[in-house]
Amino acid sequence: MNNSRIPMPVQAPEERIKNFSEVALGYNEEAAISEAERCMNCKTHPCTAACPVGVRIPEFIACIKEGRFEEAYSVVRADNALPAVCGRVCPQERQCEGSCLRQKAGGPIAIGRLERFVADRHAAQGGTPSKAPASGRKVAVVGSGPAGLACAGELAARGYAVTVFEALHLAGGVLAYGIPEFRLPKRIVNQEIAALEEMGVTFVKNAVIGRSLTVSELRAEGFAAVFLGTGAGLPNFMNIPGENARGVFSANEYLTRINLMKAYEEDAETPVFRAKQVAVVGGGNVAMDAARCARRLGAEVTVVYRRSEEELPARREEVEHAREEGIGFAFLTNPVEVLTREGDVCGLRCVKMQLGAPDASGRRRPTAVAGSEHDRAADCVIMALGTSPNPLIGQTTEGLELRGRGEIFADENGRTSLRGVYAGGDAVTGAATVILAMGAGKRAARAIDEDIRSGIL
Amino acid sequence: MYRILKKQKLNASVVRMEIEAPLAAKHARAGQFVILRADARGERIPLTIAASDKARGTVTVIYQIVGGATMSLDRLEAGECVADLTGPLGRPSAIEGLKRVVVVGGGVGCAIALPLVRALHEQGSYVVAIAGFRTAEIVILEEEFSALADEFYLTTDDGTRGEHGNVCMPLARCIEGGKFDAVFTIGPLPMMKFVAKTTEPYKIPTIASMNPIMIDGTGMCGCCRLTVGGERKFACVDGPEFDAHLIDFDEAIARSRTYRAFEAAARARHCNLYQRSENEGGRYE
Repeated sequence: MNNSRIPMPVQAPEERIKNFSEVALGYNEEAAISEAERCMNCKTHPCTAACPVGVRIPEFIACIKEGRFEEAYSVVRADNALPAVCGRVCPQERQCEGSCLRQKAGGPIAIGRLERFVADRHAAQGGTPSKAPASGRKVAVVGSGPAGLACAGELAARGYAVTVFEALHLAGGVLAYGIPEFRLPKRIVNQEIAALEEMGVTFVKNAVIGRSLTVSELRAEGFAAVFLGTGAGLPNFMNIPGENARGVFSANEYLTRINLMKAYEEDAETPVFRAKQVAVVGGGNVAMDAARCARRLGAEVTVVYRRSEEELPARREEVEHAREEGIGFAFLTNPVEVLTREGDVCGLRCVKMQLGAPDASGRRRPTAVAGSEHDRAADCVIMALGTSPNPLIGQTTEGLELRGRGEIFADENGRTSLRGVYAGGDAVTGAATVILAMGAGKRAARAIDEDIRSGIL
Repeated sequence: MYRILKKQKLNASVVRMEIEAPLAAKHARAGQFVILRADARGERIPLTIAASDKARGTVTVIYQIVGGATMSLDRLEAGECVADLTGPLGRPSAIEGLKRVVVVGGGVGCAIALPLVRALHEQGSYVVAIAGFRTAEIVILEEEFSALADEFYLTTDDGTRGEHGNVCMPLARCIEGGKFDAVFTIGPLPMMKFVAKTTEPYKIPTIASMNPIMIDGTGMCGCCRLTVGGERKFACVDGPEFDAHLIDFDEAIARSRTYRAFEAAARARHCNLYQRSENEGGRYE
């Protein structure tokens, strides 16, 4: 038996910084089987317990060991509506793989890579999803990101006629506009959406709920329930001088231009700022995505993060890949001013930080070091500081209870303060992960099913 | 979907299009905008709604051919379809209860001023419309303004039609001579800045319709951010109309030039149809 984790084949760093194609190339059958054979099928299944949607991980890995790949896919798919996506973007080191008992014995089983393998193999074979008998009831899903797609998939599997409303011209939410092609190819997202369409889900694009139609109008149009998976799309800024200069972008803007509008393509109609020296402020996945996009557009890039490397919230693999691509990191550094010359960015004034006692998030609170002000050269600054929930639904839905920054109030099963209206994902929790949003979408779908069956709706 | 029902040239570079878009037409009101894409590779173009017809399920937009995206849009003819149209976006104009109002439009901004004049006229307000252009050749919507406004003043920078000069001249006379509840202004940023300066000493509430660069139109990109009264606002969800006396126009002007190099290259690629629009409505240097 093989002892250490099978490495993932990747595009070489010096090649991949010249293109937007996928970095990780995926296991072949042989690699997948070897990796699966490392699984000890331990009794306690800590991996399944650590999975936000409870995928029966040892079971699907056992199928791979025996070459029963399609069966492995069915096991994953039973609990996870978007396995090809999650295999690529989940923070496995903090979930399934983080709890694997083989940590010190050659490294945890590469569960994410195996999940991706079975999903990609299934897609290449072209399987058709099974259709449930129609229940005769309609459900509206607002937003086609991870929460909405998971909710729609679960409801369609239970026989509901599901219509998904999307504000943009493409479905997928953050999977389409946020996560870059080199980390999540858009064909994967399109495959998942096509699979839902085959199950009978209808997608209505260019429909901004809260403007084009309101939630109460959806109910009046005969939707028994409405699920709000509108995400957290509103970018946060630092409120420092110079932040509105030319050359300062929210990561959302920068990534949307690149991912949704394909601004990196030669003849694209949508522009993207071509910078020489980029500072990306933040340490999450979005910061890594923005930094790596800027690198691919030819810039020298530094990630400026106020805590230390240990606290970086980004997936470990993204940080490693960013480093390999020549991206620099300035840890314990916090911007205090964007420096400008005639309205254009010319630098970033920063202070050094030190870590004190843990704060509410459990991470050590950074504080500024007196007299540590220093300037960094930059002609572009990208703010990747997290996002707040989209305000439109809250503003236009009477009786919908909101919290702090405009998060929709919902219980653990997605029930909001309005009967027949459910919510889940970043719209409820604030910015989090794809898999947590999917888990919430799925739980809400079950609550909707329950409430319809019990006659509440 | 999104079939173009009518296309009409208003001047050499300004075009009116009526497009089938029932979902956007349903709730469309004066002051709001739509975002459309000409084709599958197209840029998302925000355009203020010039008119809407719920019964026909259409919205009408007026655009100026200024860059690559509007050139692509202009290649489409009646009977053909635009790839996408989303709306209505933004908040409607707050016109309720206003009795006497001046509406100042500049250049292609007059396309947006017109539905506002219409809405005010329909609610029985006394409306003074002022429309400014660079030169006679590019004057648009003159008949429509004359028909709907109680008083109408036309200016051109070069004096080839109407009054010789910029929109602030008739505006100053109006507010000097009578009491007004509000002044709305829609047009190039320098023009709106000077309209705001003209009304400020009179303390007349003045509202500017902002049209910054944006992508999604739903609050996500932060690209359309403006400083209004020292606070950050997103034109797409907080506006597009703001208190003109509080807007940092110089910052807005600087931000509007973020992609000028790209835009110039795109124009060169497409053709030389482009006409400068920045100075329409008057020169204010």
